[in-house]
Amino acid sequence: MSEPATTPTQPPEGGSPKQKDSYEAVIGLEIHVQLATVTKMFCGCELSFGEPPNTRTCPVCLGLPGSLPVANAHAVHLGLVIGLALGCELAPRSVFHRKNYFYPDLPKGYQISQYDEPLCRGGALGEVRIRRVHLEEDAAKLIHVGSSGRIHGSDASIVDFNRGGTPLAEIVTEPDLRTPEQASEWLKLLRTTLRQLGVSDVNMEEGSLRCDANISLRPACSAELGTKTELKNVNSFRFIERGIRAEIARQERILHAGRQVVQETLHYDPASDRITSLRSKEEAHDYRYFPEPDLLPVAIDQHMLAAARQALSELPSERAARFQRQLALSLETAQLLSFRSELGDYFEAALAAGADPAPPAQALANWVTGELAPRLGGYGREHDDRGGGSAVADEPVDGGVGGDPVNSRVTPAALAALVGMTAAKQVSVGAARQVLDRLIAEGGDPRAIVEAEGLAAMDGGDELAAIVAAAIAANADAAQRVREGNAKAVGPIVGQVMRQTRGRADGTEVARLVNEQLGV
Amino acid sequence: MIGRDEVLHVARLARLALAEEEIEPMARELSAVLEHVERIGELDLDGVQPTSHVVASSSKVDVTRALRPDEPRPCLPREVALAQAPAVSDGGFLVPSPQA
Amino acid sequence: MSAEVLALSAAQASAAIGAGELDAGELFSFYRERAEADREAGQEGLNCFTWVAREAPGKAGTRVRETVPHWPDTVRMHESAGSSLAGVPLAVKDLFCTEDAPSQSGSRMLEGYTPPYTASAVARLREAGAPLLAKTNQDEFAMGSSTENSAFGPTLNPWDRTRVPGGSSGGSAAAVAAGLAPWALGTDTGGSIRQPASLCGVVGLKPTYGSVSRYGMIAFASSLDQAGPLTRDVTDAALMLAHMIGRDACDATSLAHPQQIALPSAERLDGVRIGVPAELEPEGSSIEDGVRRCFHRALALAEELGAQVNTDISLPHAPYGLSAYYILAPAEASSNLARFDGVRYGLRAASSSKVEGATDLLDMYTRTRHDGFGREVKRRIMLGTYALSSGYYEAYYGRAQKVRTKIAEDFATAFASVDLIATPTSPGVAFALGEKTADPWSMYLSDYFTVPMSLAGIPAISIPCGLSDEHARAGANGAEANGSGLPVGLQLAGPAFSENKLLDAAHALERAIAFDSTAAHV
Repeated sequence: MSEPATTPTQPPEGGSPKQKDSYEAVIGLEIHVQLATVTKMFCGCELSFGEPPNTRTCPVCLGLPGSLPVANAHAVHLGLVIGLALGCELAPRSVFHRKNYFYPDLPKGYQISQYDEPLCRGGALGEVRIRRVHLEEDAAKLIHVGSSGRIHGSDASIVDFNRGGTPLAEIVTEPDLRTPEQASEWLKLLRTTLRQLGVSDVNMEEGSLRCDANISLRPACSAELGTKTELKNVNSFRFIERGIRAEIARQERILHAGRQVVQETLHYDPASDRITSLRSKEEAHDYRYFPEPDLLPVAIDQHMLAAARQALSELPSERAARFQRQLALSLETAQLLSFRSELGDYFEAALAAGADPAPPAQALANWVTGELAPRLGGYGREHDDRGGGSAVADEPVDGGVGGDPVNSRVTPAALAALVGMTAAKQVSVGAARQVLDRLIAEGGDPRAIVEAEGLAAMDGGDELAAIVAAAIAANADAAQRVREGNAKAVGPIVGQVMRQTRGRADGTEVARLVNEQLGV
Repeated sequence: MIGRDEVLHVARLARLALAEEEIEPMARELSAVLEHVERIGELDLDGVQPTSHVVASSSKVDVTRALRPDEPRPCLPREVALAQAPAVSDGGFLVPSPQA
Repeated sequence: MSAEVLALSAAQASAAIGAGELDAGELFSFYRERAEADREAGQEGLNCFTWVAREAPGKAGTRVRETVPHWPDTVRMHESAGSSLAGVPLAVKDLFCTEDAPSQSGSRMLEGYTPPYTASAVARLREAGAPLLAKTNQDEFAMGSSTENSAFGPTLNPWDRTRVPGGSSGGSAAAVAAGLAPWALGTDTGGSIRQPASLCGVVGLKPTYGSVSRYGMIAFASSLDQAGPLTRDVTDAALMLAHMIGRDACDATSLAHPQQIALPSAERLDGVRIGVPAELEPEGSSIEDGVRRCFHRALALAEELGAQVNTDISLPHAPYGLSAYYILAPAEASSNLARFDGVRYGLRAASSSKVEGATDLLDMYTRTRHDGFGREVKRRIMLGTYALSSGYYEAYYGRAQKVRTKIAEDFATAFASVDLIATPTSPGVAFALGEKTADPWSMYLSDYFTVPMSLAGIPAISIPCGLSDEHARAGANGAEANGSGLPVGLQLAGPAFSENKLLDAAHALERAIAFDSTAAHV
C-alpha cells in the first residue's frame, strides 16, 4: 500500500475572501442510508445491533464458495419509497452490478451495487436535485487490534462480518450546494424526510446515515466545474461543515498558488482538522463493473409500485399545501391538521364519510381542531364562535384519550353529520356542542340524539316569535333601552329566548326577531 | 498483443504475484488467446442487445420471484464461521491491517 | 453376485432395491470398496476421486444442518418421475459443497476445505435417496477440458490410461465409465459434462440454464454453470435429472421447470426433425475422420428410426462461440475467484515474512493467490481481469455479450424448422495426456461444439455413438489392448425446457446404437 499523502490544513484566514480571484465551491453529496429491514440485503441473517463479532453470518454474507445472493424484496420496497419521496423516476427494470476490488471487509472480492441502471433516477429535495438512488450491500467492519502475537511486530486487524451485507440505499445529489452550511442544512432536511418515511434509523453516530462530499472550486462567475475531490465519511452535521470548509480552504490554497487540484479520495480527521489522501489514484479506479450474473434484473411490477405508494406517508408540508389548494382551508388550519397527522387522518375520514347534508371543509376542520380535539385532550385549539383569532395550545387541555379522535366514541361519520346539520342550520351551534358532548360520552348517531332531545333548530316560525314576544314582555326595561338606541341592551332578551329554547334557536334568527318586534 | 507492463498491471488488479520467469510466458499465452477471441471484432453488432442473463431473456420466467421475503434465517454459530480461517483472534478473522 | 450388481444401471439397481432383491447397504459397500481401491491406488489407478465415504450413511446421513440458510422450498422431493433413488450411491464432482466432506474444486487453494453446508442439487438427490459415495476429481475450478489441471493429479481415461478423460468433470465421467460409481453429478459451463461424457463413452446431460439450482456449486462462470448427470444410459440421466430440477429460493436464477421430467420410452423417431448445422468445421482444425464416420452412422440410424435429417440449417454465429466464451467465462471467473484471498478459508500463503501468514496485506493477497491457483486458473483470471478492465470492457465483454445474443437468435431461428440439432460432441476422441497442455487454444477447441449451447442456455445431451477406429488404444495395463477404438459422442440439443423431447430422442437412438457402456469397467 502506498504512503498516504498528508496535507495539513490551516483554518481559513479571516473571513471568506472576496477579492477578484475568489472561488465558488460546488458541492454534491453521496449519502449511504442503512435500510430498516429485518434481514440483510442478500441473505437471511438478521441485521446486527452490537452483537459479538461474527455471530450474524451465513455462507452468503461470509462469501463462502458456492453461496449465492438473493435480493431482499423489502429493501427494494424501501428503495422505491425513497425514490417516490424524492420525486425520482423509478426504473421499471434495474440491474445489480459487481464492483470488483480487494479489501478484507469485502468477503467476495466485489461489492454488489448498482451501476448504469439504478433503481431510481432524477428527482429533487428542496433546492437540491437528486441524480440517482441505488441499492447496495454494506461492507463488514474492520477492527484494528494493533500489534498481535500472531502477526509479529506489525499492525493487525480483525474482520467482523456482522455488518457485512446490511442493505444500503445510496443517494447521490447533483452538485447543487454551494456552502458547507447549506450542505449541513440540506442533509438535515434529508434526514428528517427519511425518518418520516420510516425507511431508516438515520442515526449518524451509529453509522446508519453516512455522508461523502464531492467538492470542487471554480472562479466565482464561471459555469465550468473544477477538478473535484471526494471527502469520505463526514459523519456528523458538525464535521460535515468543518470538513467541507477545510477542503475548500485546501483547494483555495492550491489554486491561489497556481497549482492543480488532483482528483482523489480524501479523509477528514476532525480531531486534527487534517485532510489525508486515502488511496492513490491508480489503485482506486478500476472496479471492473459488470452485470451481477447471480441476480436477475429487478423488475418493478404494479403491485410493488402500489405498495411503495401506499407506504409513502405524505410529508406534512405536502399535506398542508394540498389542504390549502384542494379544500381552501386556511393556512393555520391546514398546518394544524398536517402536523398532527392523527387529526388530519380523522378530518379526511370525516370528509369522505358522505354525510348529508355535506359539511363544508373549513367548518369541519374547525370542529375537528377547535371542538373535538380540545374536548379529547391533547393539543388543540379553543373554539371561537367568530372564527379566526384562535390560539394553538401548547399543553394538553386535559388527559383524556390522548387526543387521537380515532380512539374516541365519535366516529368521523358522526362528526361529519353533526357539522353538516349545523351548517344547514338544522341544528344551532349551541345545540351541536351539546350533541358533541353526548357523542364523546356515549357515542351514537347525532341525528337520533337531536330528535330524542328535541334539539332541532326552531325554524323561526310562530313558536319562536311567541317566545321572543314573551321575553320582550318579561324584560321591558331592556326593551325600552334597545328602542332608545342601545343595541347592546338586547342581551337579557336573547338570553331568555336561548334558555327557553335550550339552544335550539339560531342566535342570529333570534336577534333578528327581537329587533323586528322592537321595531329597530 | 499484451506486453510485460500490461501483464504486471493486470496481475496487480487481480492480486496475483508473478515470479519473474512467469511473466513472459503469461504475456505470450494471453496474447495467443486474445488473438483468437478478437475474432468477434469481425462481426457487425450495431444495435444488438447484450445478453447478461439468459434466463431473464426468456419470456417463460417470472423474474419477480427472484426476490426474497424479508424473513430471518438461522445464522452460523461463530465457531463454525471461523472454523476454516487461516488466522483468528478475538472472535474475528485476523488480517494484516490495510493501512500498515 | 458382484458382476451382476455391476451390470445394473442406476435405475435397475433402484428398482431391485425397491423390489427387495438388492440391499441398499450392500450396494453402497460394493461401490464404496471399488471407489476406495481406486483412491488408494493413487496415480496407479484412474485417480477418479478426491474423497471416498468411509461408511454407508445411516439415517443420520441425511441430516441437514439446521443453520444452513436454506429457504423453505429449497429442498423438496419431487414426487413424480417413477421411483425414488432408493439408496443408489452418488459420486459428486468436487466443486459441489458437501457438509463434512472436502470440497476443494480441484484446487490447492481449497485443499482440505470442508464447507458448513451442502449444495442444493446434492441435498435434493440425497433427500430423494441417493447417498454421497465420493467426490470426483476435476480440472481446478472447472477450468479445463482434460482434468489435467487438478491440484490432485490428472484422472486417466479408463478406455486408455495414456489418455485424458476429458474435463472438467473428468473424474465423474471416468468413474461411471469404469464402473466405480453407478452414476455421478457433474457441472457444465462450456461442455464440462458433455465433452468428458463423450471421451469416456457415457451419457452426459447439460440441462436448460436455471433448471438446477447452482446454490453450493463453487462457481466458475455464473451465467453459464449448470449441474447435470453423468450416467451409463439415458434412462439413468432422466431419473437423476427428475430429482434435481426445480426452483430453489437460494438461487435467484433458478426457475421452475415447466415440465416434469419423465423416464424416456421412445423407440422410434418418427416425425422428429433433426438439423445438422452447416458450420461444422472448427477454426484451424477439423473433425477427426473416426468421429465423422461415427457421427454419420448415427445420423443414418436416426433416419432409419423415422427421423428427418435436415442439413440445411445454419448457426452463422456459432463459429464465434468459443471466442465469446473465452471472454465471458474468464471475466466472470476473475470476479468469482476474487473471494479466495486467504482471509476466511482456504490457503494463506506462508510468505517471506517472519510470520504465520503475511505481514503486509497486499503481499498476503498476491502470494496466497500465486501459490493457491494453478497455471490455467491464473491465465483465465488474468484474461478475465484484462477483458473487464478500464478501456477494454466494450471491445471484449460488451461485444461478447452481443455475440451471445446472436447465437441465441441463431438457435431460435433453427428451432423454427427443426426439433433438435445434432453435432459431434467433440471434434476428437480422448487425446493423450500432455498433448494439449502447451497450447491453450488447442485444448479450448475440444469444446467447439458444446460452447454455443451453453451460451444460449439450452439443454444438450451427449450419448456414445460408437468407437472411432482411427486410434489404436493402449490396454488397461499398458501393453494389452482390450479391443480397439475410442468412444465418440453424439450431441443432441433442443430449445429451452425441451429435456423430455431430448431424452426421448436420445433413448431411441441409444437403443439403436447399442453401445456397450460396460466395456471400460475395471
